[in-house]
This record gives sequence, C-alpha cells and structure tokens, in this order.
Amino acid sequence: MKQKLVVIGAGMASGRVLEHLTDAAPDAFDITLFNAEPRGNYNRIMLSPVLSGEKTYEDIVTHDDSWYAERGITCRFGEKVLKIDRDLKVVEGENGHVAYDKLLFGTGSTPFIIPLPGHDLEGVIAYRDLEDTHRMMGMGPDNKVVVIGGGLLGLEAAAGMAAHGVDVTVVHIMGHLMERQLDEAAGYLLKKSLEDKGIKIRLLANSKQILGEDGKVRALLLDDGTELPCDLLVMAVGIRPATALAQETGLAVGRGIHVDDQMVTSDADVLAVGECVEHQGEVFGLVAPLYDQAKVVAATLLGDEAAFQQKTLSTKLKVTGCDLFSAGDFAEAEGREDIVFRDPARGVYKRLVIEEDKLIGAVMYGDTADGSWFFGLIKDETCIEEMRDTLIFGPAYQGGDAADPLSAVAALPPEAEICGCNGVCKSDIVEVIQGGAGDLGAVRATTKASASCGTCTGLVEQLLQVTLGDDFQMPTAQPICGCTELTHEDVRRLIKSKPLKSQEAVWQELGWTSRNGCHVCRPAINYYLLSDWPLEYQDDPQSRFVNERKHANIQKDGTFSVVPRMWGGITNPAELRAIADAADKYDVPTVKVTGGQRIDLLGVKGEDLPAIWADLNRAGLVSGHAYSKGLRTVKTCVGTDHCRFGTQDSTGLGIKLEKILWGSWTPHKLKLAVSGCPRNCAEATCKDIGVVCVDSGYQISIGGAAGMDVKETELLCQVPTEDEAIEVVMAVTQAYREGGKYLDRLYKWLNKVGMDWVKAQVVEDLENRVALVARFELSQSIYRKDPWAEHAQEKARDYAPLADLTLEAAE
Amino acid sequence: MNWIDIGHIEEVPLRGARVLKTPVGCIAVFRTGEAEIFAASNSCPHKQGPLSEGIVHGQSVTCPLHNWVFDLNTGEAQGSDDGRIDVYPVRLEHGRILIDGDAIGQRSAA
Repeated sequence: MKQKLVVIGAGMASGRVLEHLTDAAPDAFDITLFNAEPRGNYNRIMLSPVLSGEKTYEDIVTHDDSWYAERGITCRFGEKVLKIDRDLKVVEGENGHVAYDKLLFGTGSTPFIIPLPGHDLEGVIAYRDLEDTHRMMGMGPDNKVVVIGGGLLGLEAAAGMAAHGVDVTVVHIMGHLMERQLDEAAGYLLKKSLEDKGIKIRLLANSKQILGEDGKVRALLLDDGTELPCDLLVMAVGIRPATALAQETGLAVGRGIHVDDQMVTSDADVLAVGECVEHQGEVFGLVAPLYDQAKVVAATLLGDEAAFQQKTLSTKLKVTGCDLFSAGDFAEAEGREDIVFRDPARGVYKRLVIEEDKLIGAVMYGDTADGSWFFGLIKDETCIEEMRDTLIFGPAYQGGDAADPLSAVAALPPEAEICGCNGVCKSDIVEVIQGGAGDLGAVRATTKASASCGTCTGLVEQLLQVTLGDDFQMPTAQPICGCTELTHEDVRRLIKSKPLKSQEAVWQELGWTSRNGCHVCRPAINYYLLSDWPLEYQDDPQSRFVNERKHANIQKDGTFSVVPRMWGGITNPAELRAIADAADKYDVPTVKVTGGQRIDLLGVKGEDLPAIWADLNRAGLVSGHAYSKGLRTVKTCVGTDHCRFGTQDSTGLGIKLEKILWGSWTPHKLKLAVSGCPRNCAEATCKDIGVVCVDSGYQISIGGAAGMDVKETELLCQVPTEDEAIEVVMAVTQAYREGGKYLDRLYKWLNKVGMDWVKAQVVEDLENRVALVARFELSQSIYRKDPWAEHAQEKARDYAPLADLTLEAAE
Repeated sequence: MNWIDIGHIEEVPLRGARVLKTPVGCIAVFRTGEAEIFAASNSCPHKQGPLSEGIVHGQSVTCPLHNWVFDLNTGEAQGSDDGRIDVYPVRLEHGRILIDGDAIGQRSAA
C-alpha cells in the first residue's frame, strides 16, 4: 500500500527531494505539497539575474504545473498549514486536513527584519521571493533605494537595481563588505568595483530609524545623523530558519529544527530539509549542502542507508564584473600561515591560508581562474609541502616573476598628478621623457616636476625607469619598511594622486607584501590617510602607538602619565583642586610640573584612566595631548597683562593658538611658544613654531627644536596683526601636515623643502595661505575635540580586563 | 581540554588586544582578523612591556616599549631579538572566545 507523504514548503531543497523520490520510486508515496507562496518551486538563487534583467521568471521555474501533474503530486499552493497533530498524524491546512505517514518540513527561512523604528512602513521590504524582486524591478533611474546589508544578497540586490539605473546606496554595519566570505583586502576590491558601477557604499554605518511620510518610507536615518532619502528600503541582513510551525508542533528546535545525520527530527516520522534545519549546531544558507541533504532525505524515506555530512563550501558572487571567490576557512585559530599575492595594476588579490602543509582556505579577487583548483586542494586535503613556494601562482605555474615594485606607478592613469606643487601629471612627465629628457634634472628643467618641495622625486625617478627601462639607473632610496619598496615620499604622493582613501586601498594598490602592514608602516599610513582625507578616512586607533591609542604616556612599569591641558599655561584654583583630588583618589605616586607649563600625574594604572579622565572632565579639564604626534602646548610668558616689558598680549595669543590647533595630528610632535618681547621668556626660538612679539607686530619663526638636536628657529615672516599671525601659523602647520614625512619634526621637513619654498607657499601666495587655512579648518572640524571625554564615555570597557579568572580560582 | 568562555570576539578591538587575568598572570588576547584570535603572555621577556598595548599586524605583535616583534603562532621573537613568550590554546565558537583552562592553571568548573 502507498504511504502518505506530506511536504510543507515548495522550495529548492524539498523540490530536490521530490525529484529524487519520484525518479527512484514513482509509486512509493502519495504526495501532498503545501506552499504558502502561490506557486511551485523556482530557483531562488537565480532571482538576482531576474532582478538585473538577465533572466525572466519563466527561465528560473524549476517545476511547473505539468511537472507536478505528471508525478501525481497534489499541490496546495497559496495555502498555509495551521496545525499538525503528531498523535493522529494529521496536517491541518487552511482548506482542510490531510493525514500522513511521513511528514517533511521544508519551511525554509525567513528574512530577518531589524526592528528599527519605522520597519513596518510601506516600502520596507526584504529580498527573499519573487514579490520582493518585482518591487525592486519597479524602480528606475528616477528612484533612490537604500539596501541595508553588505552581504551576498544585499549586494546582488544593489547591483541588480543599479543595472537599471537606480540610485542605490548600500549601508553596511561592518568595516568591509561580505565579511563572512571575504577578508578586508578582497572586500576593498569588491567595494571599488561596485562603486565603479555607481553604487554608493557606506561602511561602519549604524541604522537608527526609518523615516516615513504618510505611512510610506522616505529616508533612512543613520546614528551619525545622516539621512539617506529613498523610495524603497531593502533589508538584506540575513535569514533565520523558519521554525515557528515546528516549534508549535513540539519538535526539538534550536536555531533550526534539529535533525540527525539521516535528516530525521526528534519525531521518527518527521523529517526536515533545507534552510529550516540545524545539523550539529550549524544552519545552512547556500545551496550545495541543501542538495546533499535532499539526497539523504529521499534515501531515508525509501529505507536506504545514507548520512548527511557537512563539507567545505565555496562562494561566488553573482554580480557581472565582480570576480571573487572564497572557500574554506581563511581566518581563525593559530598555527596558520598566509601566502599573499597582489597585482595592483590588474586589481588582483589572492590569499591562501595554510595549516600543517594543507591548504585550508582561499580568498581571491580579480582573477579567480584557479578557484576550483584551490577548492579541490582544500576539499581533498592535499599535502602542498612540495609546491608551497609556487602554490599561489596556480596549476599553470611555470616559473613566474616576482611582483614588480614599479607596477603601482605603471598603473597610474595618465592624468594622475605627480607633482602637487607645480600641478604636473603623469602624462606630462612621460611625454618629456619620451621626448629625450633622460634624467631627473632634465625632467625638472622641462616640466618643473619635483623642482619645488621635492617630495615627488622618487616617483619621477620611477617614471623614468618605467618609461626608459634599463637605460635609467635608479638611485637607491630607503623604503618605509620591509612591507614595501616605496619610500614615505612616494607613498604620500600616491595616496593623493591615485587617490587612495583607506588602508586596504594602500595595501592593494601599492602592492604591500604583508597582510596589514607592520608597526613601522601602519602608523605612518594611518597618519597620511587622515591628514589627506580628513572626512573620508576614519582614524584607526589600532594603527597607533600605545600612547596615542590610550591617550596617555606609557611608563616603564606599564602605568601611564596623565597631563590635562592648561591653555597657554594658565590655570585656576578650581582646576588645581580637581587635579589634587584626582591625585589623591587614584593614588598617584608622582605629581610633576612639566616643561610645557602644565602638571603631570605619573603612575596612573591603565584601568583607572577612564575614571580619572571623567573626574578631570567634570572640572572642565581636557586632554593635554602630551602623548601625541600632534599639537602639544603653546608656552607663553605673561605679556602686557603683567610684564613691564611686554609689547603684546602674548598669553592671549598663546591661548587662542592652542584653542585653534589642539587635537590636530601632525607628522611628529608640534610645540609652540609665544614670547611677549624679544627677551623671549617663553623660549619661542627653540620651538617648532615660535612667535616673538615686538612693538610693530609679530615675528613668526619655524624649525626650532630642543631635543636630540638643538635648533634655533629661522624667521618665516613678520606680520602686523594678531589675526594674520594666527593665519600664518595655521597655514604653515597645514603645509607641514600635508608634506612632512611621518616622524620628521618640523625642522627636518624644513630642511627638505627649504625656507624659500615655505615662504612662497605661506607668506607670498596669499590665496594659497587661505586655502591651507581652509584645509586645516576642515580637518579640525573632525579632530578638535577631547578624546578623554569620548573614551571615558564610550570606550571605558576597553581599558578593563576582558575577564578575571583569578577571582573564580579563589572561590 | 577544559575550555573556558572568556568573552565575545567583538569585545576585543580588531587588530588589538585585551588583557585576561589568570592564576598564571596576565594574558593578552589578540584579535588579528575579523575572526582570528590568539592568546599569549602579556609580558615582554625584554623589559616586561605590556604586549596587549602593542601594535598588532599580520599574526604578530610589536612590544610598545622597545619594538620587539613576536610571532603569535609560536611566541618566538622575530629578527635579531632572542626570546619567547608563552602562547595559550584558544578557539572561537559562534563568536565566543574559549581558552584552555588547563594551560592557565584553572581547574574545571565542575
């Protein structure tokens, strides 16, 4: 006698079960198929090509009406299952009961909707079924759409709509796209390709609220206050196994419906397959394991032996022009080694992860031709010891070349600006080289490139080498570190001319040989990026030395020193009381007056930092940045307020300068002083920038130091008014910020570019001075704030231990 | 092994570290990638610099005091420096960081 099989859900997994079952034993079961969607099985993973217009719905239908009819399957589409009685073995649908001998759950998954305020507005959809796809296909060039979620599904949705000319913005909470399948480098390249397709991408973006008008979505509000207007909002943030019915039915359910290796649930007559199941703690979203499960379900139903085993998976993104591949495990755990290959000119990145002479993971972007070969090595656990050195070049390796250090320059577009001072682009330089300029001097003479501040000299030489080949002998320059062949100057220039706006962009486009730099190059790159792109690039604390990350100076015993700011060296009894109270409360062993006219609390425990800052903040005290490669102090004398020799209000000017400059990052520390007369009590002439007041105005001199080198400043200019003095100081600071090599004090930068160049930029060219001031102000709109307040409020957790296992041991 | 849950991976900054206090002293828990965790002694053998405050790059950390670099896989100092830090077995399970309790002198909770 035929057994009765009821299947709930006509998806890809249960569809595959029906195929296996009806092929192997057409008469074994009397089958009833419920589906809440009013249609049968279609290839859900091909919805993206339908959205982009490369396929139609008809193309992706797997099972049409006649397919079900031929196999005698009773279809109850568009009908929900209300209840299941496992004692009576009856399924109750909206239109009546069906009895079963075996029951199969294929309820799939439901898209996760973030419960943001406004998530129930009209025009907020998921990306899951044909209805959603049709909604998105209804958008055109006049529409704006926001997609929340930078995973596989979200990006396919975004690319599909962008193909129709829709203005699409993807909002992603993580630091790079598809973080589950890709590492940062491949995520960066993917972002770049998608941006080339006109898709806007916002990373590290937290959605706060969905704004509506007349019950319809109007915009997405981010927690930084940005409003992204949209006509449609697509949430593609993940799926959850659909387990509600199974739970009501009393089956064992965790994240998904629990199944054993035979795909049987906690009830021997009930099986489950697909995205709704949980097997050995895992749930499934990709199609390959679902098909494996389907085979096992069919075998189990027919009484054959079979067991489902989880396998390594690979991923490809179905977006035309984005060639990426990821397989296996490319993160996690110790004992693993990386092999990294980058070709900036072709936009290629490959990373292999090796453990115990086996390949266990691979991420590739730009050139994925060897993907299946690597995937084979991963699945078969092949020993790669013998071919390790050449593995990354793939199966066709014949003895390939090492990465070309010149390729970053070779890959620059002709219009890329090489010399910023004289506005000379790559094609200008290449032209004169081809026209006979055979060395640096000739290029300088004909184009002016590298003839001013000289920081682009390295790049001009590389262009000579790229253009002339072996006819040009490169002078040897010191690269930043072992991660690159490029010098600081080369990198600074390339960051501007390419342009490069993230660390990943630098690693990839300039062919870094390490995964994410080292302690030498990463702080430099972080500084260059934040100095050149204050709005686009976000400062990365993890690329800073401990003092700048913790906003305090580490001492030899691992404690810290805390120096609150005293504007221009002026304080008052309330501040002094707060400092004294803090010293008492936190058992500060040493309190010392510094050379920069403020008070240092030495020996504060790392864990106490947020608390002591919060206490000092309450008295109005902020960070003195005594730890930073940035503005330290502006030292002053008392000036006309009290001194009988004072010519100007030096204290007042010092306070003004400090309030303008504080918080700014510079290549190295920056110390200022303002003296009220040439007796120079504030010692202004051994500071990075010194102002000496005279009767007729303000003498500004730069390039002093009193450290390992002792230097007297050189006069930059004299100006008649305080406002002008402030402007010149801001402009020269910005010129140093923009051109200085990381860890060069101002005097070293001055030696390289020359005083004449600085005078031309800051004193003579007034338009340029104004532009420098404007760029400084723009950067300060981000950085002129108290990091102590921010850390005490938002990051206090990071200063405490992750856990304390000594307490438990004592109990 | 006796795995002890010490926190969620998101509690450790990417390319950063947090300190774990244990009966065998302070251990630094490093996060070198989105889902890549190491644990090693927090103390540099040179001048006892707190390694959890160092710059984390690749699968290495640089001591904040005098720039000794340690491979977090082996604990060996790199380059010309000679020294080693203890490393401890850790693993990730659904985002939770687990450390081997036996290796840090912690008896089982049971």
